[in-house]
Amino acid sequence: MIHVDEYRDARVAEGLVREIAGVMGGTSSVTFMEVCGTHTMCAARYGIRSLLPDNVRLISGPGCPVCVTPNSYIDRAIAISREEDCTLVTFGDMFRVPGSTSSLSKEKSKGADIRVVYSAKESLDIARANPGRTVVFLGIGFETTAPTVAATILAARNLGLENWFVLSGHKTIPEVMEMLAGSPELKVDGFICPGHVSAVIGSESYERIARECGVPCVVGGFEPTDMLQAIWMLVRQHREEQSVVENQYKRVVGTKGNREALSTMIRVFEPGDSVWRGIGTVGHSGLSIREEFSELDAGKNIDVEVEEPIEAAGCICGEILKGLRTPRDCLLFGEDCTPADPKGACMVSSEGTCAAWYKHGNYEDAKLGR
Amino acid sequence: MCLGIPVKITKVEGNRGEGEIGGIKRDVDLTLVRGVVAGDYVILHAGFAIEKVDEEEAKETLRLLREISGMSEGEN
Repeated sequence: MIHVDEYRDARVAEGLVREIAGVMGGTSSVTFMEVCGTHTMCAARYGIRSLLPDNVRLISGPGCPVCVTPNSYIDRAIAISREEDCTLVTFGDMFRVPGSTSSLSKEKSKGADIRVVYSAKESLDIARANPGRTVVFLGIGFETTAPTVAATILAARNLGLENWFVLSGHKTIPEVMEMLAGSPELKVDGFICPGHVSAVIGSESYERIARECGVPCVVGGFEPTDMLQAIWMLVRQHREEQSVVENQYKRVVGTKGNREALSTMIRVFEPGDSVWRGIGTVGHSGLSIREEFSELDAGKNIDVEVEEPIEAAGCICGEILKGLRTPRDCLLFGEDCTPADPKGACMVSSEGTCAAWYKHGNYEDAKLGR
Repeated sequence: MCLGIPVKITKVEGNRGEGEIGGIKRDVDLTLVRGVVAGDYVILHAGFAIEKVDEEEAKETLRLLREISGMSEGEN
């Protein structure tokens, strides 16, 4: 595949690994965080942790939207799906995520009308085909996905749909990164910034984190040599004692991002506080539907009773999402919690840290001191 | 969930495009990216193009990757 295969060259990877080791020889150890779940998948799939020198530690961050969606949101979605005249439409990732006492897949097996789609736009077709039903789309995702849902909201308004709504659980990345950058317990020395979020918001969005919080930021692509080059850029910044924003993924990411996508997102959504699983409330890190579009906001138009949220006993997803612990620290991992029977969100989504570790083996254990 | 795939656009009609990935045709909504023409590569995410792939920057990154990893120009 063009723009993919070129970045999987093993000899280039070998060279990069050698250069990273060269830069890190004799220096103190560093901890870098790959913020994005797609990077977590890439690192696990290509064994990137096992290729790095012992003094480079790579930890996973909160960049899996499904994983950071709190139980309160999932419980609300479940409550909506139980309404007789409601059809719930969701991206596939959300389908099996456990809420407090149930999941969408369990509700569907009990008869709820829940549909899985690839694109938000498909939910408009479902609403048009079912005029007698209330169709609710679950808007989950970061700045990569939020513009696609915003564009769908604008399309719904143009179509004059009266039976289509969005439950927005969208979140934004720089705010939570800034919070993690300032965390004394985490002590992260550099971020690999999410490439496709950055395509929308632009690499300049991380300037504050690099300059004011003093944590170097490199925007990285998603193939293995992209990721290794991003790590090489971070180790060089570490050696030079720099903290700036660099962009490895220039073929897709500009300094200012995609203005069309950004303006579509901002037209429909406004920033609001948002609850992240395991992390808590992060100011201005959520996207709420603006008042102007409130007639399409499921949160304002569909009144349901939602159960009190409870977290799964023993699950350490929250700690894993903050980069403080790894799946191997979890007593449930691989035993009581597997992709077939997940207890926590990080085991459900393919890009959740636990799912990626489960699927691609344990070769990184040694690097993490276990 | 932020997975995006580079897709070659084969047809553009207004905001609707058609793309091809490994011989398979896909509809691509072009609402969010300006100025896409047939032949461009875009990153496809959840049915929408979210950005174009800049061919010149791609070449430059590949050149840099070879340089950093110590591979000479003609080496394949």
